[in-house]
Amino acid sequence: MARKSHVQTTINGETVEFLCESRQSLLEVLRDELHLTGAKEGCNNGNCGACSVILDGRLVNSCLVLGVETEGKSVETIEGLAEPDKLHPIQDAFLENAALQCGICTPGFIMSAKALLDQNPNPTEHEIRYWLAGNLCRCTGYDKIVRAVLDAAAAK
Amino acid sequence: MQDFAYIAANTVSEAVTLLDEKGQSARILAGGTDLIVQVREARRDVDWMIDIKSIPEVNVLDYNADTGLTLGAAVECYKVYAVDEICDAYPGLVDATKIIGGTAIQGRAAVGGNLCNASPAADCIPPLIVLNASCVIAGPNGERELPVEQFCTGPGQTAFENGEMLVSLKIPVPANNSSSFYLRFIPRNEMDIAVVGAGASVTLDNAKQTIVSARIALGAVAPTPLFAEEASALLAGREVSDAAIDEAAQAAQSIARPISDMRGTAEQRTHLVGVLTRRALNGAIQRVRDAA
Repeated sequence: MARKSHVQTTINGETVEFLCESRQSLLEVLRDELHLTGAKEGCNNGNCGACSVILDGRLVNSCLVLGVETEGKSVETIEGLAEPDKLHPIQDAFLENAALQCGICTPGFIMSAKALLDQNPNPTEHEIRYWLAGNLCRCTGYDKIVRAVLDAAAAK
Repeated sequence: MQDFAYIAANTVSEAVTLLDEKGQSARILAGGTDLIVQVREARRDVDWMIDIKSIPEVNVLDYNADTGLTLGAAVECYKVYAVDEICDAYPGLVDATKIIGGTAIQGRAAVGGNLCNASPAADCIPPLIVLNASCVIAGPNGERELPVEQFCTGPGQTAFENGEMLVSLKIPVPANNSSSFYLRFIPRNEMDIAVVGAGASVTLDNAKQTIVSARIALGAVAPTPLFAEEASALLAGREVSDAAIDEAAQAAQSIARPISDMRGTAEQRTHLVGVLTRRALNGAIQRVRDAA
């Protein structure tokens, strides 16, 4: 059994402590240690974006970050978006636009869209498509997703 | 994934000492977008991962109109294109940082890491070569500098001696009336690996009609990115013309020695070297002429 490190980080605004092996990715820590299963494992090599989370304000693939690297950092995941009685506007827009089918890519798309709107509240369709190029969807197609992000931006 | 020890180094000398001690079993971790995948897929055997992101020198991003750009080895791609002065001075490098992976990759991947991974298709390397960038390398015997075109020695192979690491890249101030351009051919719009990449930098005279000097570099057509030295030299002193640019493109084609693989055949790649070299040169010339 490999030695585990103690890591303290902030996840969705709350201080969290966990033990993990060096080889565990942030995605594995989120899902297997902290039971935050919103971020999904798709390709596990940085191509699909299903595991997208926001690390210190920047969109990253959590499969390409080691859990031990998050010491002292701040992580935002899909679980932190909705309020107890209200969905986040991006989540509402995805529902209204039917921008999901199987849902595996959806948490990644929504976190990616949030990272975009946090820094550019009024993106053009072109900017949205480029920003989301690292998130793959294999069933809905991208038009509904892009429209949902445009709507979410307009609703803000 | 194989088990390994993770160490966050706080100083260059701490990282160098560890690298020197552990030899081939240690590897520097910056953005990890190549390294973590290589270890996970058992393509690289690593017992020690040395995270350098807490070391101040590798996070420097400093542009100075007198001394040029110091780009720390771990500075992520997105930080490069966020600085207006860098976009103005080194547009060819900015072209590359904007097309490496998607947003999430650009949030982690470093230009220095792209260089040290030493892929023949690395998008950052041709623009670094045409911008006369040099590597600042720290090792057990102190620091040394090496031109980027001498850094890669084979696919995934570099000029590092045991215990050495990249601290930063230095790019000189561009001359007046100069600019740079990088482009690649990929079958998709985004998120792909170059079938061929080409970078060019040009310096024109004050009338913007004659080429004072030029540099051309190619990616994905040899075991390492190539500096097209002869093609670059034959443009010096020539008036800007299709004929001169065609000659340079043909000279660039003559040094390409591509392989055929799933991304393209050797024949297609050789053809693309000509097309992309012309476009890179014309793109850089246009940028000089568009500048006020």
